[in-house]
Amino acid sequence: MPEAVHHSDALAHQFDSLEQQKEAATLGMWVFLVTEILFFGGLFLTYAVYRNWYPDAFEAGSHAMLIWAGTTNTAVLITSSLTMALAVHAAQTGRRGALMLFLVLTMILGTVFLGIKAFEYYTEFTEHHVPGAGFHLEGPEFYHAQLFFSLYFVMTGIHAAHMIIGLGIMAVMLWWSWKGVITKDYYNPIEVSGLYWHFVDIIWIFLFPLLYLIGRHAH
Amino acid sequence: MTEHDHILPTRVYYLIFGTLMLCTYLTVQAAFLDLGPFNTLVAMAIAVLKATLVILFFMHVKYSSRLTWAVVIGALFFLGILFALTMNDYLTRGWH
Amino acid sequence: MPSSTVLLPPHHYLNDGYGIKSWLLTRDHKRIALLYLAAITFFFVIGGLFAVMIRLELATPVGDLVSDETYNKLFTMHGIVMVFFFLIPSIPATLGNFLVPLMIGAKDLAFPKLNLASWYIYILGGLFTLYAMVTGGVDTGWTFYAPFSTVASTTAVIPTALGIFITGFSSILTGLNFIVTIHRMRAPGMTWFRMPLFLWSMYATSLIMVLGTPVLAITILLVAAERLFSFGFFNPALGGDPVLFQHLFWFYSHPAVYIMVLPAMGVVSEIVAAFCRKPVFGYNFVAFSSMAIAVLGFLVWGHHMFVAGESVYSALIFSVLSFLVAIPSAVKVFNWTATMYKGSISWQTPMLYALGFIGLFTIGGLTGLFLASVGLDVHVTDTYFVVAHFHYIMVGGAIMGYMGGLHYWWPKISGRLYNEYLARIAAVIIFVGFNLTFFPQFILGYLGMPRRYHAYPPEFQVLNVLSSAGASILGIGYLIPLLYLLWSLRYGKLAGSNPWGATGLEWTTTSPPPTENFHEVPIVTEGAYSYPSRVESQVA
Repeated sequence: MPEAVHHSDALAHQFDSLEQQKEAATLGMWVFLVTEILFFGGLFLTYAVYRNWYPDAFEAGSHAMLIWAGTTNTAVLITSSLTMALAVHAAQTGRRGALMLFLVLTMILGTVFLGIKAFEYYTEFTEHHVPGAGFHLEGPEFYHAQLFFSLYFVMTGIHAAHMIIGLGIMAVMLWWSWKGVITKDYYNPIEVSGLYWHFVDIIWIFLFPLLYLIGRHAH
Repeated sequence: MTEHDHILPTRVYYLIFGTLMLCTYLTVQAAFLDLGPFNTLVAMAIAVLKATLVILFFMHVKYSSRLTWAVVIGALFFLGILFALTMNDYLTRGWH
Repeated sequence: MPSSTVLLPPHHYLNDGYGIKSWLLTRDHKRIALLYLAAITFFFVIGGLFAVMIRLELATPVGDLVSDETYNKLFTMHGIVMVFFFLIPSIPATLGNFLVPLMIGAKDLAFPKLNLASWYIYILGGLFTLYAMVTGGVDTGWTFYAPFSTVASTTAVIPTALGIFITGFSSILTGLNFIVTIHRMRAPGMTWFRMPLFLWSMYATSLIMVLGTPVLAITILLVAAERLFSFGFFNPALGGDPVLFQHLFWFYSHPAVYIMVLPAMGVVSEIVAAFCRKPVFGYNFVAFSSMAIAVLGFLVWGHHMFVAGESVYSALIFSVLSFLVAIPSAVKVFNWTATMYKGSISWQTPMLYALGFIGLFTIGGLTGLFLASVGLDVHVTDTYFVVAHFHYIMVGGAIMGYMGGLHYWWPKISGRLYNEYLARIAAVIIFVGFNLTFFPQFILGYLGMPRRYHAYPPEFQVLNVLSSAGASILGIGYLIPLLYLLWSLRYGKLAGSNPWGATGLEWTTTSPPPTENFHEVPIVTEGAYSYPSRVESQVA
């Protein structure tokens, strides 16, 4: 049977139309984000259980966090979500230059986040807040506070790993934008990458108060 | 069930951005107030608000198909199950 | 009966490219299904070998064949290989991959490259686990309970855990692919309620894969982190709770058993309709029951922890919910039975397996209710009663469904018919061998024989010997299909596009199908089981 429909280069063979392909890709990314919600969910559950058991230890641990670093990082990620949304907008309106600019800004902000995180890890290492034989924290709660720090490192570490992957995805998007693969009619890869990026931001939105802001009034 | 090709005007993004930054400022300020047991609730409520804004506007869910809504709500439902039934154990361990 | 000469189609997916690259770099869901078939068969043999060792040891009451430590490794690795590398992928990755696009009238799955990636991820995970096996094995039980797995065990826990973590992504990608495909790529006219029930099962299974597997993933990471860095999440000595591990582990692992059995239920629906030449009774109820099992399956995990230290109130709630989840399964059994009533039944091999499923799954399911009663569970938990229960579901149920499906769709997959006489004999041998292996275990458990022990009181020996004898028969039963199915690839009678005279889009295309599945996009105008179909069965 002759193919009556003209297929653009961007259309994969299993789909009948670009519209179907776009809907499939978007649904696919949302389903993937569902897996991420449950993945991080297990960590948040662990946090909830132990904060319920050791509220004072968690408070002591949270006081040792660098609140300026956490707040700055929250602002950085929120800004990066803005630049990401603006990147999608630029792609939708066919403005290649703006698209690339916003992608670069998003990546810069993501890198700043990771830089501040790395600085925090370094500080925690030198102040002996890393769980294990060398752990030390001032005050009576130091024994169970190790659980707080264990959770802190695992949760922020896995979050940071997701950020790094996000930077990789953005790099690919940047390259595609530069090569002209992204057009007004085929901008969905940017949208879908944006969904991932915003999700990683949302995880941090919850991590920030849970890790940095416990019982801050009691000083 | 097609998704609307909705192009949000950029001022919406800036407005949401501003709200998110304001919420961040508020949550830090609230942390330094002694609200007793409500500190955690306030912090979580603000976080949920921020997340909702990101989901609805930055992730375009407000303008997406019912299927997308079902996916988001479904995921949160099962996350809720994980929490509810596990915490149900921990919170009733002390009961006799 | 039509007696036209059957020919192989000149172009089909098996001759569309030769050579190893055309297979290892394929995007065709049908070839990927066969890649999975080969891989899971390999792991089935490995898992089976561990079972052989276990049953050999258990033939005598003394732990004399292997040491305690080795026995721990045997049942652990039997469980890990069978659960994660055979049962979980089995129907979805082989029959699901092959049939989902065909049944909905699509050219392929939504994401063919992700599909291929899922196979490579599966293989990578398998390699990690094989590496762990040859460098000393794992002895924690497939359930990896902390703190033994995180603190005390001296075996290759981390490579195994990593292997399972990696393979989990294979499961997630498969589920994701099916969900998107079923939502977005149905042929014109194929509404949700015109879909074959196998697709409803695959969709429900995919939901479980996507929602549950990530929780296992994070649990495994926490176990690895605890083992490497002594974090203490599950270690009482550091303030952690071992029961939290169990909550996280079973949140996935209970729904996982529905990943294993729901696809088999979907297969049974297809087979019963075809071999009774009747629409499945109560289509809507059967479709919704798959969804109900998927949802309710997530609410019951605490029934694995009744004696582990969860609160009594928690146990009560999980017990009630566990009774609820039996209801949709029962609905299916009733509806299959009602389908057979006044149907025109033919007793061919797929139907034999489907009937075996219905009977054995019912027994397994009912004994699940015994275990869901907290009072009774206290007595039989961690005994052979539990072992018998889950083997009735997993082997009597899921594997029978898998074998039935493999036989039902073999003509479509290969273009050939297998030897029906040998196939029926093998099915009967499997049924007899299975019951001889596992029914005595119900009695043993009731009498108090603990699981995971290789030494037992001598008065249990007779039942154990019966069980081991049954296992050898079961093993032979599984070997026979391997032989005649392979033989049929070369020498089997050509099948033609619809040897069973069944309804379903997959039967409207050639056997084997062309790479693009259909030469023309099918248009669907009727429901899934529009019997009497226009095609008569050509198989005696």
